[in-house]
Amino acid sequence: MTTPNRWKRYADWDERPLRLDRFAAEDATNGFSAFSSPADPKPAIGIADGRVISLDGVLEHDFDMIDRFIARHHIDINIAPEAMAMDSGQVARMLVDMNVPRETLVRLAHGMTPAKLAQVVSHLNALEIAFAYSKMRARKTPGNQAHVTNAKDDPLQLAADAATAVAFGFDEIETTMRVSRNAWANALACAVGGAVGRWGTLFQCSSEEAEELRIGMAGFTSYAETVSVYGTEKTFVDGDDTPWSKAFLAAAYASRGIKMRCTSGAGSELLMGFHESKSLLYLEARCLCLQRGMGVQGTQNGGIDGAPLTATVPGGVRELMAENLIAVWLDLECASGNDARSTESEIRVGAKIMPFLVAGSDLICSGFGSILKYDNSFNPSLLNGEELEDYLVLQRDFEADGGLTPLPEERALDLRRRAVDAVSAVFEELGLAAPTEEMKASVTVASGSDDTRSFMPRDVALISEAIKARGITVIDVIKALSKRGFRQEAENLLNVVKLRVSGDYLQTSAMIRGGRIISAINDSNDYLGPGSGYRVSEARRLELNNIRDVLDQKEVLRSEAMHERDEARRIRYRTTGIASPSDDPKDVVIGISPAFGLKIFQTTAGHALSEVLRVMLDAIRKRGLNPRVVRFRHTADTSFLGLSAAQLAGSGIGIGIQAKGTAVIHQRGRLPHNNLELFSNAPITSVEHYRGLGGNAAAYALGEMPEPVVVPQRGEAMGSRHHARVAIIYAIETGIVEEGAAPQLVEVAFTGSHA
Amino acid sequence: MSRRRSDYPMAETQPEAVIGQRGKSLADITLDAVLSGEVTMEDLRITPAALSAQAEIARDAGRPTLALNFERASELVNVPQDVIMAAYELLRPGRASSKQQLLDCARRFREEFGATRIAAFIEEAAATYDERGLYTYRF
Repeated sequence: MTTPNRWKRYADWDERPLRLDRFAAEDATNGFSAFSSPADPKPAIGIADGRVISLDGVLEHDFDMIDRFIARHHIDINIAPEAMAMDSGQVARMLVDMNVPRETLVRLAHGMTPAKLAQVVSHLNALEIAFAYSKMRARKTPGNQAHVTNAKDDPLQLAADAATAVAFGFDEIETTMRVSRNAWANALACAVGGAVGRWGTLFQCSSEEAEELRIGMAGFTSYAETVSVYGTEKTFVDGDDTPWSKAFLAAAYASRGIKMRCTSGAGSELLMGFHESKSLLYLEARCLCLQRGMGVQGTQNGGIDGAPLTATVPGGVRELMAENLIAVWLDLECASGNDARSTESEIRVGAKIMPFLVAGSDLICSGFGSILKYDNSFNPSLLNGEELEDYLVLQRDFEADGGLTPLPEERALDLRRRAVDAVSAVFEELGLAAPTEEMKASVTVASGSDDTRSFMPRDVALISEAIKARGITVIDVIKALSKRGFRQEAENLLNVVKLRVSGDYLQTSAMIRGGRIISAINDSNDYLGPGSGYRVSEARRLELNNIRDVLDQKEVLRSEAMHERDEARRIRYRTTGIASPSDDPKDVVIGISPAFGLKIFQTTAGHALSEVLRVMLDAIRKRGLNPRVVRFRHTADTSFLGLSAAQLAGSGIGIGIQAKGTAVIHQRGRLPHNNLELFSNAPITSVEHYRGLGGNAAAYALGEMPEPVVVPQRGEAMGSRHHARVAIIYAIETGIVEEGAAPQLVEVAFTGSHA
Repeated sequence: MSRRRSDYPMAETQPEAVIGQRGKSLADITLDAVLSGEVTMEDLRITPAALSAQAEIARDAGRPTLALNFERASELVNVPQDVIMAAYELLRPGRASSKQQLLDCARRFREEFGATRIAAFIEEAAATYDERGLYTYRF
């Protein structure tokens, strides 16, 4: 075998998921530049005769359609002269100055060109962007959006997964299909599932523009967001639209009482091949000015499908944050990306979400994959069903409201069953399909579509085409639900459709919480420093805290009580009097802690204390020595237990062991923390290690120099796995320590079979 | 009198002023009314008046472009879906083969539906497409 001339650490690194990510060199000419490019224009504006005659260095007669739309519909010519004359560094400082109100900055943005907006935010580092984002976002209360899709387009699973997404607290759910014909079935199933448990979750079905609007008009969906805009003219045309066609569509949605936002994100122009050598941020600033000009209330922004590409560029992730900042600065609702999975590295995933979790956002993810990765028909999200609990814990760690709430296991199952029953009832009532009990049962418990025996895409196409052809609307579904005993779900569904009559939820950043509409109008972000803006209330904090399987002392004591019974059958400890110092050179003392075998019965590794004690005694006896067991009650500290034992031992060698299993070999006359051997990693210490410990203590007593017993560790996060329990157990020990208490000689009798 | 942001949300501050397409108030839209057939999809549609009210609220909240969109939308409420979709299609790149086609479309919105803002908007697109050469064959 040849030895490669290579530091093997690189080979280790080759195996990390990170190395599956590819990174691109900065190359402005070819569009790979996050914040600036030589081709980016300098911020400038010309105004004459009451109109914009030049924009960022382009004269009116050279305007492309994007320039023209921005000049006509975004720029406020009464504000532009003042806003454009301001020093960009000064405006950047205002963005992070808690004393400058949001409204002041929003007004200035109405007079700023894309190049100016981009130049201002380029002055901010990542932390400043996150802070400014938190201050500038339009609605005060943060929210979140989920993807609900599956690999079979199975409507039963869609209903069940919609219901669980709603229960986790998502304010919006979005579906799409593997097969575009299945749109109507997807829409009906998610609408029904989303009405289980509570009402108020908005729902969209991402499909072809005209079809999506039709599904909305049938009342199944309540919002749309896949109205894409682009930052170069050629990309726009290849995307088969113009600013005017998209603005017309925006008005069409509003005319049907359906909430809508546009979509744009860095990297789309680069992906589509027409980037004009401009920086990602500048192109995105154009998209965002366009969207404000179109009069849409909000944007899905932050890379979106271009995020994985943007993240390959130096500063790309900071750019994604910067474009989100421009969006909210322009007073748009922001569904802030964090959807397409931009990396294989879990560290990069966590780092990507953190600023948004802490800063809050109208919709932190514009598609958190509430389902498993392989079931996500949009492609995997940054965070998915697999990682949802990680996210819940991040909320708890940082006391940050990410919009989600832990869901007890039994409740999840109840909701899934209810949703599957509800959508099945609707199918039967409307003569669309007749799901069997076996199908229903398999979906209810399924984590993903691999586990289901349910509808396949072809079955779904038949259902979907029937819904469309027969002109079934949400009214038919509401009636069917009610007729089959799902009255609450029928009410919930009606409440969502009813929203469109007043149009209140068309306003910026609108969502439903607790049955009421909140938006940037009646819940505006009023951040002006600590104590203002969104704060996690005490009630909400308790909700966030309530993740599953939390340890407390009661729980630890309950589990110890179970082991107490087992240990009572194996060992008896009998105190025979006060332990005195010995001068027998064969005397080795094992010093046990106050709660050892009395209140605590197993080590953190799960070994019965009787077994641990037995193997140590055996090992010492095997060398012809006489071990004594002594209980110390004046201390629970390993070092002092060990040293106290050594001081009593005729050989001068003692073992100290805590009930949780931490152990030490000590020698008379040494300083307390200068022991002979220490077993500090109790959770990975095996019974054989304790036997070795006994053997080595005997060896030291015989004047030998044994090989120390080393407990190998493989880098386990010992603290996170065990410290909560260890601290609770140790508090039980220290709680019964008695100052000055004399050591007790303990007679140990092994009474039954081994543990 | 123009609505202000303090009038928001309309469904809460003045539910009696929120009237559906066929004259039903929010209080009339109940599950029982749906089950009896009294309430249909038509009653669940937004009205031009509701969009105008939202436009006023948006303007008062400092969002003039959003207000304009709501005003354009108010003109489309009573335009049939197929007419809307045909106009959208015509506004997409390369669908209209000449400026005149878009101008005809604009005139129809103005004359047939009284949609003056929409008409002006389509005319603006017509002029821009002309200058940017968008009346070209695409598929």
